[in-house]
Amino acid sequence: MITGNLKSSYATDEQVLNNRWKRLFLWLCIAGLGLIAAFGNNYIILIACQMGIMLIAVTGVNVVIGYTGLMSLGHAAFLAIGAYAVVIFHNAAGAIIPESLLTLAAIPFAVLVSAIAGVIVGLPSLRVKGLYLAVATLSANFIVLFLIEESFSAPWTGGVNGINTPTPNLLGWEMDTRREQFVLIATLAVLGLLAAQNLFRTRVGRAFIAIRDRDYSAEILGISLYRYKLISFAISAAYCGLAGALFAYFYARILPEQFELHLSLMLVAAIIVGGMGRTMGPVFGVIIIVMVPELIKVVFGALAGGGAELAMIRAPIQEIAFGALIVGFLLFEPFGITQIVDRGLRALNRWPFARG
Amino acid sequence: MLSVQDLHLSFGGIKALQGVSFTARRGQITAIIGPNGAGKTSLFNAISGFYRPDRGKVVFDGQDIFALRPDRRAALGIARTFQNIALFRGMSVLDNIKLGAHTRLGAGVFDALRYFGRAQAEELALRADIEARIIDFLEIDHIRKAPISALPYGLQKRVELGRALAMQPRLLMLDEPVAGMNREETEDMARFILDVQEEFDITILLVEHDMHLVMDICSHVVVLNFGQQIAEGTPDQVRRDPAVIEAYLGAAA
Ligand SMILES: Nc1ncnc2c1ncn2[C@@H]1O[C@H](COP(=O)(O)OP(=O)(O)O)[C@@H](O)[C@H]1O
Ligand SMILES: [Mg+2]
Repeated sequence: MITGNLKSSYATDEQVLNNRWKRLFLWLCIAGLGLIAAFGNNYIILIACQMGIMLIAVTGVNVVIGYTGLMSLGHAAFLAIGAYAVVIFHNAAGAIIPESLLTLAAIPFAVLVSAIAGVIVGLPSLRVKGLYLAVATLSANFIVLFLIEESFSAPWTGGVNGINTPTPNLLGWEMDTRREQFVLIATLAVLGLLAAQNLFRTRVGRAFIAIRDRDYSAEILGISLYRYKLISFAISAAYCGLAGALFAYFYARILPEQFELHLSLMLVAAIIVGGMGRTMGPVFGVIIIVMVPELIKVVFGALAGGGAELAMIRAPIQEIAFGALIVGFLLFEPFGITQIVDRGLRALNRWPFARG
Repeated sequence: MLSVQDLHLSFGGIKALQGVSFTARRGQITAIIGPNGAGKTSLFNAISGFYRPDRGKVVFDGQDIFALRPDRRAALGIARTFQNIALFRGMSVLDNIKLGAHTRLGAGVFDALRYFGRAQAEELALRADIEARIIDFLEIDHIRKAPISALPYGLQKRVELGRALAMQPRLLMLDEPVAGMNREETEDMARFILDVQEEFDITILLVEHDMHLVMDICSHVVVLNFGQQIAEGTPDQVRRDPAVIEAYLGAAA
């Protein structure tokens, strides 16, 4: 154990990046993202964009499941809301708002609509917990997709056939390549992660953790369970709404089936594998959850050269792999990869001598 | 300051409180005593808002708080500790105490996401305040970063007191603060409680089994037995009360 920490003021002691290695790590990550944007080939850019979008969503899921302890199996619904909100906004407001400002207005709109939906979907959390809340949020996922598919909304959403999506345009910068969109996605993902980390340096984040750990104790400290459970749902839904908005910009067309239960499960799997209630949990989780299908693809490609029969069972194998990951981590490493990394870093810190 | 009037509370057939009435005077220490199962913790739960009494009144500072939820009562300045410690075990001592200050802080969600600016200023001021007013006072500077789960029982009790003090309460309710402590720890805690009363000018309500402690530091005693209030008065009056001797002291001696 390191006993002296040589902090000279409370301000230094309250810093998050409180040693040179953490600061170095952050700069290396940002440099890495810059290198990908500049030199990554199309495949790397594609994977990195997928990870960035998922990272924003899982960061949100971490707030509600990891830090507030409220189970949700319905967060794909907020991605759907964010994605469709962007498309509908572009189609409806395209005539009024100039092209160069449309994206700057559409993204906040999508985030806002998702946050409001988050408050509504979060209402059951005021009465039920655990399994019951999981089922309640799961049904929210079904209801949202049902509303998107129904014939009365089809003129705006395209119903089950989906709808084409617009190209983002930031103040005249038309982002019509994936490389350009990667810059947008990576920037928002890094900012989103830092903002989420900030929450937990303040009363808001502490209130979430208090509710997770002992809700009656939180109440006697003056924390309103109603208020903070709904705020937690709203924040996590807002993150997922942002991810959905970027999703819509990134793909040429969106379909309701992309936002079904399997996506909600993927988000939960990512946070379990990565580490619930930890800053880096979403990062590790997303890397695994995006890479696993890719690895399966590579292995299948090598085995069959893309035979049709094998391709048929690839989807179920992927689901099984996710299931195995969830069960495996819950059984053997419930705090996820973050925990493994922590152990490794501690060992490294002691090497070659035991310090402390 | 706090006045409880004719409080009745029952769980199914069990009558936990049957007509409890007393007043805790401003700046004084009032003790609630009685054998196990007398209803002392239930009374605390009724005052802090966890249990809804069947009948009666709870008036705090002239305001009827009967209908308020626990978090609203806390915001009015009612703090408490629990008989079986209700700290957040995974968090550090410092974070637990910071949580006590929740209602005194004002950062909203957007301040929190940004951190730099209002939230940071507030957090740094809070840290300095906690260090000066609570960590030093309770002599827990050596454990401020330790997780609660790593602390011995006596220190956990002290941290829970610290968390309650961080609320800057006007009424502090302590449920068996020295239960399970050795002689030395008990004396420390008694000193802290007296110091709190003096330095912070807080009204204190104390549930306790340790009769010596009660007689030493309290100015007013309420005695419960099977949910009924059988006596009330100064420690000396209560000690001589025949009903009390029979119900409680008699049984214990
Ligand atoms: N939540 C509850 N449900 C049912 N009975 C309870 C509950 N809380 C307390 N009681 C009962 O109320 C009576 C008083 O308990 P309590 O207030 O804990 O006593 P004390 O703190 O004086 O030891 C006991 O008979 C206890 O079993
Ligand atoms: Mg009790």
